[in-house]
Amino acid sequence: MAEPMRTSLAGTPKPGDEPETALELSERERMRGLMPAVEPDRTLDDWGRSERVERVFDETVVNFFYRYWFRAEVEGVENVPSEGGALLVSNHSGALPPDAAVIGKAIREEHPDPRPLYMTVEHFFKGYPGFSALLPKIGCVPAHPANVHRLLYDERQLVLVFPEGRKGTEKLVKDRYRVQRFGRGGFVEAAMRGRAQLVPVCVVGAEEAAPVFMQSKLMQRATGLLYFPITPTFPWLGPAGMLGYLPAKFKIRFLEPIDTTKMGNEPAEDKALVQTVAQEVRARIQEGLHEMLAKRKSVWMG
Amino acid sequence: MSESPPADSEPARRVLITGLSSYWGGRLAQALEAFGEIEAIVGVDSKDPTRELERTEFVKVSNQHGLIQRIVRAARIDTVIDTRLVVDSSTTPRRETHENNVIGTMNILAACAGDDSPVRKFIFKSSAHVYGCEQDDPAFFTESMGRNTRPSTAIERDAVEAEASVVDFAVKQPNVTVTVLRCSSVLGPDVRTSFSRMFALPFVPMVLGFDPRCQFVHEDDVVHALEHAAVNHTPGVYNVAGDGVLALSEVIGLLGKRPAPVLPPWGTGALSGPLRTLGIRIPDEMLNQLRFGRGLDNRRYKASGFEYGYTSRETVTAFAEHLRLHPIIRGVEQTYTYEGEVERFLRRSPLTRPPDAAPEERSGTEAEPFGI
Repeated sequence: MAEPMRTSLAGTPKPGDEPETALELSERERMRGLMPAVEPDRTLDDWGRSERVERVFDETVVNFFYRYWFRAEVEGVENVPSEGGALLVSNHSGALPPDAAVIGKAIREEHPDPRPLYMTVEHFFKGYPGFSALLPKIGCVPAHPANVHRLLYDERQLVLVFPEGRKGTEKLVKDRYRVQRFGRGGFVEAAMRGRAQLVPVCVVGAEEAAPVFMQSKLMQRATGLLYFPITPTFPWLGPAGMLGYLPAKFKIRFLEPIDTTKMGNEPAEDKALVQTVAQEVRARIQEGLHEMLAKRKSVWMG
Repeated sequence: MSESPPADSEPARRVLITGLSSYWGGRLAQALEAFGEIEAIVGVDSKDPTRELERTEFVKVSNQHGLIQRIVRAARIDTVIDTRLVVDSSTTPRRETHENNVIGTMNILAACAGDDSPVRKFIFKSSAHVYGCEQDDPAFFTESMGRNTRPSTAIERDAVEAEASVVDFAVKQPNVTVTVLRCSSVLGPDVRTSFSRMFALPFVPMVLGFDPRCQFVHEDDVVHALEHAAVNHTPGVYNVAGDGVLALSEVIGLLGKRPAPVLPPWGTGALSGPLRTLGIRIPDEMLNQLRFGRGLDNRRYKASGFEYGYTSRETVTAFAEHLRLHPIIRGVEQTYTYEGEVERFLRRSPLTRPPDAAPEERSGTEAEPFGI
């Protein structure tokens, strides 16, 4: 998988560009030193993440799904760096996708130095009552480039993105495991600007656990939701039907990280390089998925 | 605005404060009086001052640029600090607010402009309202971020327009160091804001299903921030906000109050009328803050050498202490009323001595005719 990723454009700095970039870098370093100190008395962080709520949620709902319902199996968790900013990139699917929570749990359970994982979600949820209050408490952050940058660069945290975005969650069951287009490669730019590692993640199982048979445009307009999926349990069982996951076997594979700090000084300015890396990440995930699916004997038993 | 600064900008010596009778103008004048190197402080406002001032000269004048220009030139003012901006629509009528925020700012700027103007430094107290408060906002605004949407409330619109005219001034007057301080929501024992009124209620209203992120700055830190800009060279735009962003539920816990998620998630604005009759005044610009919240990145001003005295959390705890103590000490402190004649006598009369003069001089010859 070690195809050359650099285009001819990569690493050719414009003349007179160098000193200013170096200055900007040291300035950014200085700004990082001015981050607010952690106040030990607080149980919430600046993003609204609550240790207390997260623990309760983790020990009940997530634990049940992770251990007994999805019986998650994890490989390559050592590819998640123990320190420094890292951007995890995963395939995405399902009506109310269970994949993010399961990836977070996998790191907490299997990693030698467990770290909190910040999950990026649509801005939509910030404006939807209920979700707006709950999601930040369990580690969700609106997917804004500035938020990702602060988390990766200034706080050196783990961040999970789904570059497929809504193209992934709106995907019907007949298109399962076909990784959709990766937008404009914004996630690669964010990782490059944040001097972070890119860790591709393949998740098998999520796409059968919450199959979407069709999308109802009419009901979507009527309810004001992001989309209105028809699943085995939704809308038949009401809002709770969103959580009616089928007991598919989950397999998570963390792939080798891509180090963006070794791509020159300002790789994010090089759009061709950004697109190349985005394509590369997508290809690796798709390839990993195919490999895992080929080995899988049963959707339910693994 | 960053291209404007001349490197040799000097600390303020002769200062003009606008909005002297507002909370910020009065506090700032009191603070600057302690700086020996500031030789003259002039305050202008259309109302009488509300704070006792030792050596600040008060001139009662509304925002008329002709008159202010004459004051600026006659007093050879080198630094103008504009603290007038109204940031809360529940305190001032709509039209008056616009008149003050937009037209007033233009007039003050016009008074400072001109090649022969003595003004070398202009400090503008702005508000985080210029960023607005929308669903797709970043969690931390930096100074370089604009807003994606048009301002949705009158106060936000005013703040954006006022700042635009300050930027215009900075471009046209490259020899003037312009500092813009965007303050986040202020709390403190002394200042009255919509947040402090809301937190004084026994139950703090919340929008059902929302727990917004709140960031506060202590009133003393705002005064110190203005002071810092006056005595240091800080060209450009800066956010002024305490370290740390709290969830509203966390704030309510620190205050020892109870949350009341009584505001409906939809049509909250329509409810603000009936709530007002119940004594709960939620200004329009606060409605979105109660849903989405707002965070500012305060590192740029820290990088310029400013140090905050309080974090957001410490600001809230300080305010909580005030709330507990307030019913006991209420009415004990004396309120100050400005008496023009008395102030004029104290400053101008040959009979008065500065307060640090030796006591035996006081009982000298001038006191005799009064038979003391």
